[in-house]
Amino acid sequence: MKTCGATLAGADLSGIDLNKQSVIQGVVLAEGSGDGVPNGTPITTGYARLLDKDGEFTAEVPLNGQGQFRFFAAPGKWTVRILAPGATTDREVLAVVGTAVDLTIPL
Amino acid sequence: MSRATALVTADWVQENLSNPKVVLVEVDEDTSLYEKNHIEGASTFHWRNDLQDGVIRDIVSKDKFELLLSKHGISNDSTVVLYGGNNNWFATYAYWYFKVYGHADVRILDGGRKKWELDGRALTSATPNRTATRYVAKERDLSIRAFRDEVINSIGVKNIVDVRSPAEFKGELLAPAHLPQEGGQIAGHIPTAKNIPWSQAANDDGTFKADADLRSLYANAGVDYAKETIAYCRIGERSAFSWFVLHELLELGNVKNYDGSWTEYGSLVGAPVEIGA
Repeated sequence: MKTCGATLAGADLSGIDLNKQSVIQGVVLAEGSGDGVPNGTPITTGYARLLDKDGEFTAEVPLNGQGQFRFFAAPGKWTVRILAPGATTDREVLAVVGTAVDLTIPL
Repeated sequence: MSRATALVTADWVQENLSNPKVVLVEVDEDTSLYEKNHIEGASTFHWRNDLQDGVIRDIVSKDKFELLLSKHGISNDSTVVLYGGNNNWFATYAYWYFKVYGHADVRILDGGRKKWELDGRALTSATPNRTATRYVAKERDLSIRAFRDEVINSIGVKNIVDVRSPAEFKGELLAPAHLPQEGGQIAGHIPTAKNIPWSQAANDDGTFKADADLRSLYANAGVDYAKETIAYCRIGERSAFSWFVLHELLELGNVKNYDGSWTEYGSLVGAPVEIGA
């Protein structure tokens, strides 16, 4: 699977009222072709973990068959931690109401 | 119970995959992961379809629990090993059911499905074909289950442990952040409750922390081990995880799971509620 900047990374947002929810979502991809860009195959065995601004666990979901994950968070600073066999990576994000945070995370 | 009798390692499960006395069951809120793959020989329970009454809000009846276990080939003398995703929330919830209905030998796979996957251990899509049994459950043991009136009367008297995330405790979220925000009518927590998130009892890979660390965790947060304890969350599954830690691993005698939890308490007219830290 290849991605480009104009494509939403996470799952389809239809049916979700972004005026009421602060969505953090994304896709985890293998680095791919050695060019430093996460454009390889989706990582489907792994977990996305959401930590609050104090580092406390808030939620965790398994990556789906497309390497995607989604959280419904409150507005504010969060950390998304990806756990996969042999690898862990963190991303700090700022969630707001109205616009989904959409991440493409290389692993 | 103790760590030695309530918990098994992934290595132990691996060594007992062919043991006919051992029955593995994957328990979760979403069994599509089981359909994809699971540990060899494992059956599956869906926390709502298999473990809820389905008409009234209650745990499944004794008759239905017996039918469920019989259908999956579980005998009264089976060693049942429960595991699941979500850091074993629903597996420990099912464990609590097995204790409510008096099963003798039930255990949790430490780390659950996540640890098994992160270890790179084998999974299969083949479903088991065990011969049905005639399981006979005991009457419900309510000494490990709290109801709403006891909870209200326990404010300022017993330890009340809110195991949800700090954001839910403070009233900023109504549900865990991977779920749509629905649940109780209002947000907040039960007055005098200590917020000790279930996650503080677990490592990143889903395994339980060491007993000494667990004992310090609750004591440092203000739990008085000389008092009775009630654990709650949103629907009673994360609190089953913490109930498992307190009652089974730390062997504290008087610990109850309030499975009505915030979806019930946060909808009670006139019940006292606090918000903020």
